[in-house]
This record gives sequence, structure tokens and C-alpha cells, in this order.
Amino acid sequence: MSSAAGTAPATPDDAAPWPGPFVRYDLIKELVVALVVMAALAVVLTILFSSPDDSPTTIQSWAKADPGDFLTTATTELNRTSEIATYGPPYNSTSGSAQKIGPISLQEAAGVKIPIDTAQNYVIEPLREIPADAGLKAALATYQAAPSKLQEAWAGAYEEALPKARFLGGVPILPAGRYGPVAPMMAALLGLAQSGGLDGALVAGNHRFYETNYTKPLLFLSGGEYFEERAEGQHLLGTQWGMMNETGSYPGQVWLWLYTFWYQVEPFKESPNADALIFVLMGILSLAFVCIPFIPGVRTLPRHLRVYRGIWRDHYREIES
Amino acid sequence: MWTTWVRERAVGALPPEKLLPDRQPAYVSSWIYVFGVATIAALVVVVASGMILGLKGPEWWHVTSIGRFFNGIHLWAVELFFFAMVVHLWGKFFMGAWRGGRGRTWVTGAVTFLVAIGAAFTGYLSQQNFDSQWIASEGKDGLNSVGIGSFFNVVDFGQMYTFHVILLPLAVVALVAWHVLLVRRHGVVPPYPAKAPKSAAPSPPQAAPSESGAP
Repeated sequence: MSSAAGTAPATPDDAAPWPGPFVRYDLIKELVVALVVMAALAVVLTILFSSPDDSPTTIQSWAKADPGDFLTTATTELNRTSEIATYGPPYNSTSGSAQKIGPISLQEAAGVKIPIDTAQNYVIEPLREIPADAGLKAALATYQAAPSKLQEAWAGAYEEALPKARFLGGVPILPAGRYGPVAPMMAALLGLAQSGGLDGALVAGNHRFYETNYTKPLLFLSGGEYFEERAEGQHLLGTQWGMMNETGSYPGQVWLWLYTFWYQVEPFKESPNADALIFVLMGILSLAFVCIPFIPGVRTLPRHLRVYRGIWRDHYREIES
Repeated sequence: MWTTWVRERAVGALPPEKLLPDRQPAYVSSWIYVFGVATIAALVVVVASGMILGLKGPEWWHVTSIGRFFNGIHLWAVELFFFAMVVHLWGKFFMGAWRGGRGRTWVTGAVTFLVAIGAAFTGYLSQQNFDSQWIASEGKDGLNSVGIGSFFNVVDFGQMYTFHVILLPLAVVALVAWHVLLVRRHGVVPPYPAKAPKSAAPSPPQAAPSESGAP
């Protein structure tokens, strides 16, 4: 590098051509060197650490590993008391469940765009697909013909008894009770799930061959404690700064630290509207970040912080000497 | 002809000596300037490794060791990309790099950062492993809470994969290209004055340093 003639001015016009000294510069060379260094770093990091790939949770693995939790979740889906059944838009219209920003609920305003009837989609429709089971067909007919209060009573009694259930060869054995047709329905659903059939039924429930939308099975999985416990073991929960973490000890989306930070502090931590409030807050902060050059007070901050003295230390040393 | 007008405007705004200069102001000799080009270099590695993964399909990296290797390169290049970009952004903030009508340069850089976060987020959703399942089940709540979860459905793998391999990378690359052209057009921001101008001797308006990013 060689300096050209010229002396750095003390008060330059920021938009004017630089009147001070220049140095030789090869942009293409700089890019090629940077490319080689970055590619080499990525290869070395890959050789040293590879990348994480924890296998996904399937409904089959859940039903086999924790049949009690699977049945508890499925029963709340049948009874429409689960997290998804009472979620509100976009899945259903449960009153009072949508999050608000002050008096405004954008969630409510968007409406029900991905309708999910948990009893039908997660229990009754998959059970209807099981062929040649006269007992199950009769149980389904009995359940569907019963008044809704009786349906709720059967499912409620079954859910209450589940903690006392034993499983013999994958079959649930519960203490005697007034479960009506819910007991054979749930035993059949557990069998379907343990065979892997429920995974397929929920993905291809609309009888298409190709499918890329996993909304229904993922929402079903997310209602179970098994799924959450696995996430907790991988430090992925919201209370564990989960969104920015990755399974194992790998760096995840570290750049989401500020978004995740708000979930750890009040007033967001305990707020029922935390998601909406944090989303809007981050939207405002992002807009402010983009508009820094136009915000009085913020745009002049770097001048007062004087970190630039370190960045351009050679320049200042030269003009001050 | 409008095509002539476009050509003349393009060459007028970015003549070859501005687009690919062979000299830079001496103050550019600082390590902080490396991180801008390092960000672009990491982006090239991200896109190249992503194209190989995309060519072989989303299942390939789960079932072959060579696929896993390229997924590793993709992951680590993304981490390097964000590291370099964040250092670059902080550097530009401390330089007040929007001065002298360079506001659009900052804005395109900041928007690139935000869009890149979306590109990375959809990448994590497209992994088809437990991490992507969990991120989808958590991420849906934020998006649903403001009414956009059904339009940008994070539990719909097909939609997220399309965003990740086509739409958002195109947006990031286009924004980076725009950003670089703006840098080339307006040049790198000069250092702050060594001493603040004395109020007793006001500078003429055209010589006063501009803190605003407005052109």
C-alpha cells in the first residue's frame, strides 16, 4: 500500500469526496481472500463439531414411550378441553382466549383460518379409518349419538382415572368406572398410534398422496407433556431462553437474544398477552433500528460515545501529530 | 429510448472507477472494515452450501454422511455470517456511517439483517428434526398472537421450506447487492472531525458535517 499526496482535514464535509490521502486497494482480492478464509473456517468447524440432528418426535414414539401422557392428551382433545381446543384463532373461535395489545386483539381480528376440531380431527376421524372392528364402530356410534353432557362425563371420568391406569402389552387397563364408549375408543386410538398409523392419518387425513403440511400432528404433539419434557431436557423451553438455543451444545439462533430476553422479565414473563406484546415491542425496536439515521439524539450518539477514536486511531494519530 | 436513459443513469451513478476503485481513503486501513466483506463471503458460502443441500433434497442430509457434512458447512457459515454482520453493524453504528447522505446505505444494511433473521428462522424450521418441531410449536404462538400465523404458518413445512430456499435468500442477496452498490456510490463515511468546530466561527453550510442520513 502506498499513500497518495494530501493531508487529512480536521472538519470534512461528510458527503464531499475525500480530500485526504488515499491508499491502493484491490476489492476483488479482498473478496477472494475473505471467501477462502470463511469457507475454510466453515469446513474446519464442520470437521470439529459437525451439526446437530436429533430425530423428531413421532406420535408413535410418544405413544410407546409414554402411553399415559398420550391418552391424557387425546382425551382432552376428544373433550375439547386441550390447549389447542381452547387456543382461539386461527384454529377455533374459543371466546376470550385470543391475546390482546391493550384493547385490540389482532389475533381475534384475523379470524379462524386453519379450523381444527380436535375431537373430530384427532380422535373420531382417525378411528373411523380403522377397518373391520365392529366393537369400535359400535362404540363410535354410541359416543356420537350421546348428548354432549354425557360425552363430557365419559371423557372426564376416563381422564380422571388415567393416572391409575396400567398398561399390559400396550393395552390400557383402568379401574372400573363410567367411561362408556370412551374406553374402547381410546384403547383403539392408542393401538393406532403405537402402530404408527396415527402419524400417517393426521398428515394424510385429507386422502392426498403428497403432503407437506404438518400443522395437525405438530399441534397434537405439542399438547403432550412428553414433547415438552424432551424440549426441557434440551434446554429449549421459553423459560430457558429456548428460541435462541439449539439441541445439544450447539449455538442456535443467538441473534434472537433480545426477542427471547423479554420472555424472561416482567411485565411480559407472567402476562397472558406476552407473545403479542413482545412481538409488537420487537417490531417497534426493529423499525427504530432501521431508522437510526433519522432519529434525533440517536443519530448523534456515536459522536458522543467516541468509540470511533479507536476505529480510526491511525487517522487521528496522524492529524493530531 | 428509455433503455439509453437507464444506461446513462447507471453509468453516471456508478462509473467503473467508483464501482471497482483501485484506491480508498487512507482511514479505511482498519480491521473493522474487514467484517463487511467477510459478511458477503460468508453469505456466498451459505448460498453455495444451501444450493447443494437444495439440489439433493431436504432428506439427503439426514441419511448420508456427505449430506451431513454439507449441512454442517451450511450451519457454521450461517453462524459466521451473523457474527461478521453483527460486528459490521456495530462498527458502522460507532462510525455514524449514515452521515453525509448515506442513510439509505444504513437502512438497506439494517433491513438485510432483519430479513436474514427470517431466512435463518425458516432454515431452522426446515431441518425436519426435533429442533425444528419445537421451534415451530413455540414460534406459532408469537405469529398467531398478532394475527399473521395463518399467512406465515410455521408448522407448515412446505411453506417454510419455500420461504427458506427461494424467497428469503433472493431477498437477502438482492438487499446485499443494493447495499454494496450504495456503498460504492456514496463511498465509505469519513472520520468524525478531530475537534468539534468552534461555535464562534461557523462553517459554511456546504462544509458543515451532516449527522443526518437524508441524502
